[in-house]
Amino acid sequence: MKEKQEMIKKELEKDLKLVKTTNDLNELKVRYLGKKGIITELTKNMNELSIEEKKEIGRLSNELRGELAEKISELENELHAKELNEKLVNEKIDVTMPSTKLSVGCMHPLTRISDELEELFISMGYDVVSGPEVEIDKYNFEMLNLPKDHPARDAQDSFYITDEELLRTQTSAVQVRSMLKNQEKKPFKIVCPGKTYRRDADDATHSHQFMQMEGLVVDENITLADLKGTLEEMAHRMFGNERKVRFRPSFFPFTEPSYEVDVSCMKCGGAGCNVCKGTGWIEVLGSGMVHPNVLNVCGFDANKYSGFAFGVGIERIAMLKYGINDIRDFYTNDLRFLKNYNRVEGGDK
Amino acid sequence: MKLSRKFLNDYIDTNNYSDSDLAEAMTMIGNEYESIEKISSATNIVIGYIREIADHPDSDHLHVCQVEIKPGEVVQIVCGAPNVDKGQKVLVSLPGAVLPGNIEIKKGVIRGQESNGMICSLSELGIGTKYQSEEDKAGIHILDDDAPIGEDGIAYLEYDDTTIDFDLTANRGDLLSVIGMAYEIGAITGKKVKLPNDEIKREVDDIKDYVTVDVKTDKCPLYLARAVKDLQIMDSPNWLKARLIASGIRPINNVVDISNYVMLEYGQPLHFFDHRTLGNKIVVRQAIDGEKIVTLDGQERILSEKDIVIANDEGPVCLAGVMGGLNSEVEADTQEIIIESAIFNSANIRRTANKILRSEASSRFEKGIDPHRTYMAIDRACQLLEKYAHGTVVKGIQKYDTCKYEDNVIAITLHDVNSLLGIEFTEKEVLDTFERLSFEVKKDGDKYLVKVPSHRLDIHIKEDLIEEIGRIQGIDKLPSTLPIMANVPGHYESKYYFNKQIRNRLAALGLYQVRCYTLTDEESLNRFSNDKRDAIVLASPMSEDKKYLRTGLLPSLLSVANYNLARKNNDVMIFEDSDVYYLEEGKTTQKSLIAGMMFGTYETNEWMHEKIDINFYTVKGVLENLFEYLGFSNRYHFDTIDIPKDFHPYQTARITIDRDPIGYVGAVHPTISKNKIYAFELDLDKLFAVKVRAVKNKEISKYPSIVKDMSFVLDRDIIVYDVCETIKKACGRLLENIEIFDYYVGENIGNDKKSIAFKLTFMDSNKTLNDDEVMTLFNKTITEVTKKHNGVLRDK
Repeated sequence: MKEKQEMIKKELEKDLKLVKTTNDLNELKVRYLGKKGIITELTKNMNELSIEEKKEIGRLSNELRGELAEKISELENELHAKELNEKLVNEKIDVTMPSTKLSVGCMHPLTRISDELEELFISMGYDVVSGPEVEIDKYNFEMLNLPKDHPARDAQDSFYITDEELLRTQTSAVQVRSMLKNQEKKPFKIVCPGKTYRRDADDATHSHQFMQMEGLVVDENITLADLKGTLEEMAHRMFGNERKVRFRPSFFPFTEPSYEVDVSCMKCGGAGCNVCKGTGWIEVLGSGMVHPNVLNVCGFDANKYSGFAFGVGIERIAMLKYGINDIRDFYTNDLRFLKNYNRVEGGDK
Repeated sequence: MKLSRKFLNDYIDTNNYSDSDLAEAMTMIGNEYESIEKISSATNIVIGYIREIADHPDSDHLHVCQVEIKPGEVVQIVCGAPNVDKGQKVLVSLPGAVLPGNIEIKKGVIRGQESNGMICSLSELGIGTKYQSEEDKAGIHILDDDAPIGEDGIAYLEYDDTTIDFDLTANRGDLLSVIGMAYEIGAITGKKVKLPNDEIKREVDDIKDYVTVDVKTDKCPLYLARAVKDLQIMDSPNWLKARLIASGIRPINNVVDISNYVMLEYGQPLHFFDHRTLGNKIVVRQAIDGEKIVTLDGQERILSEKDIVIANDEGPVCLAGVMGGLNSEVEADTQEIIIESAIFNSANIRRTANKILRSEASSRFEKGIDPHRTYMAIDRACQLLEKYAHGTVVKGIQKYDTCKYEDNVIAITLHDVNSLLGIEFTEKEVLDTFERLSFEVKKDGDKYLVKVPSHRLDIHIKEDLIEEIGRIQGIDKLPSTLPIMANVPGHYESKYYFNKQIRNRLAALGLYQVRCYTLTDEESLNRFSNDKRDAIVLASPMSEDKKYLRTGLLPSLLSVANYNLARKNNDVMIFEDSDVYYLEEGKTTQKSLIAGMMFGTYETNEWMHEKIDINFYTVKGVLENLFEYLGFSNRYHFDTIDIPKDFHPYQTARITIDRDPIGYVGAVHPTISKNKIYAFELDLDKLFAVKVRAVKNKEISKYPSIVKDMSFVLDRDIIVYDVCETIKKACGRLLENIEIFDYYVGENIGNDKKSIAFKLTFMDSNKTLNDDEVMTLFNKTITEVTKKHNGVLRDK
């Protein structure tokens, strides 16, 4: 019996080596372990044997069955792994082939700048408000201390519709609207982004239509230093934390004192270059302390309240920030231009 | 304002300041400069005397000159100017000289003749032709006979000067004068201003016998007239001509030049009338509507009653504050003049100037004039005419004066200054500012009573004084703070935020935001037009293509699409969100719109042959996605009522929400665009007004759903929406969803038929559905569709 056992084992070793596929293996399995298989054959014709012998043969054949089954299953696992691997190899793709093009658009760069500024000012407690582009002379000029025939109106040559109605030349008109609306005279902080219009012939640096964002803060004890701090926040947000802010005296009828605001050059850092024309500074906006006449006509007692206001050109910021050389590009809307703005700039803001 | 350094130095010493230091210092106190330019940058120019002249042997226009360039030293110079002649004093650029434009003068030989320099014209020295006389323009400049041989020609002509051109702010009319500039610069340098000596040596006769003044309008608060006789008109001295050129004004003759010189000096425009043609009577009045005057430039001007004129008995002789009349002009043989020094209402002058002509005079009147200077200027003119035009001044002055001469005193405290600026200035700094500006100060307790000089017409309130302090002391030390206020969270105006959400969604769906011009032309205005929107037109447009305010956004988008398609940007997916303005019953009305255009391929992978081209259903999908995003689920509907013009009549839908029309989507009409562009326009105001429920969690059903398919052959004209409505009604609440998974037209079902296959999903959120229940609904649905829409069920 033992000899037979050894012989079967040897034969199996030989047969296993011949197995190539799972089919081969299944056949082999049936041949050895099946109902009519080699092992079963071993236990046949045991009638003449004694109980002891029967027991012994039963034990040995079970042992053998176990041993064979284990060997077969080992091979089976190996074979499966191999076949799976072959399948995967056959499924190999070239990951460098081009992807499927999905359409995703983005905001216009002017909206993008406006959005960034809005977020900043909201975070500082400002409300974002809007006002009409067809404005009345009274709000656009007169109540801003610019009576009819005031020479300062020359700087803002306007598109009139009637004697009293025009396309607003500045978002400052919203200053008046906001103050008049504020019946309870609550202190407030607002920014107002929007389109504005001036009678300029369009060229690389002039546009008859452009965007502004007006800022206005009114409370007791608002100072010029507050304006400086606020504008520094803005300059840092738009052009980086290293930027410095400088005030240069100027004149706007609706602020007193009035200042043009320069930011240290974003290209050279202040050393002087072609962008800042060697001065180290770049003019970015006009600002000042709200003129007492404006506060008074809008219902805020200038003896009690003070405020600051600023107006920033969105195109100017965008041109400086992104290096755009022609203001008309904003309104041509070439998709190759717009696609430049279809990405973020990292999360650190 | 072009400021000549030499002119300035007549009134204040600024020798310690270089041109650029002075310009920068002025900029930092609020007077920005635009440019710094030398009158002439030519070097090595001497005065020469032409001793001999001969024709060039090998040229028909060149001359060979023997020129004395230093006493006793004669050199040969070849000159081609037609006006060169023996005995002239001329400007000679010697070898080594550099002329403007970097032209270097060298010794040379011209057609065989040695030439040791060049005899110059004014243009060659860099003087603009607009400042030159006709003779100067035609050839070389000829100097006076007494010009000293060998001396520096540039210095002799007083061209050794620099102009700083300032871009002044509108409030500083006082700086449109060299004396005003001197005061301003004095605030920087701390030096005092010395005013010119205007003492007249001799006065004769009585002004009453020369002219009377009658002011008949309240638009002329001050009018002064004086007379000067025995004048000799000739060229002005070199210094006077050079001052004018440096200030941007062309020299004419001594008398005219003096009027301009005094205007530059004091900022007070003067007008000189020829006494012969003016007569003895001056009337200042408003013009009569339609009245005419021929101004100095020879043009006939038609006036209105808002214009102010100076008139005699015969009619207007001068358009006040803007330009003189041709009929009373000072001429070459004028001997007696009447000088006008006056103030006219700035608003009237501004209006007249805008209509007729902006002049040096009008720009000064517009910004206001200190009446003290009106008096100073007229006396100064008399004095200069006496000195430089041999004039005899007539005694006395005719005056009409309604000005109030009250002291302008403003009270201010140190606290006022520091609480507005947020900086700690000391009393010393405040008082120093006023000292520098020549403002007189009296102290009254903690108040300073500041007397503002009369020429500072821009200072009225204490904030103006605070600005002066900030300006002169500088605010380099200004700290940076943020306003300390009650802490209130900031928020967006709600419609603004709603619009932002829509923008972001459309971008996520593949569309680029564009921004277009509001102003448009008539042709674009009528594209896709909505007749209910009556366009607003500008009163005086710059051009025909920017005449109207657009009433819709689609014409702009079509231009953008065409622009991009022409540049091979083949996939165009764009939108714009903007307000439009139009008239409704004559009133300006504002509406917020969102419009889009789509053309090309929405998604693609070419090598895999996967491609979604944009068609009506893509765009509809974008919009439905947007509506779902906005929470309008089950409330929007597409129909074909009232399709606007310029859309394809059979591929366009009107969109309603809760039965209210809110916009359109469809193909652009083939006559408008040969490309199959799809467009939509939505009324943002209406979208914003739709009330939407808050987001609530919906439990996921634990029970399985059952799916059934059915397909019908229907008449072509049957609207699938109606069939779906029938199905929904028949199935009731157990119907979870309807999908259409097949659409077929073809001969084998008949040309006027279509086959549509529906996939119905049934579900009950409370229990597991049984098949019988579903079959009952399914059969009921078939019956209803068959009955209502004449549908024929195809084999299941």
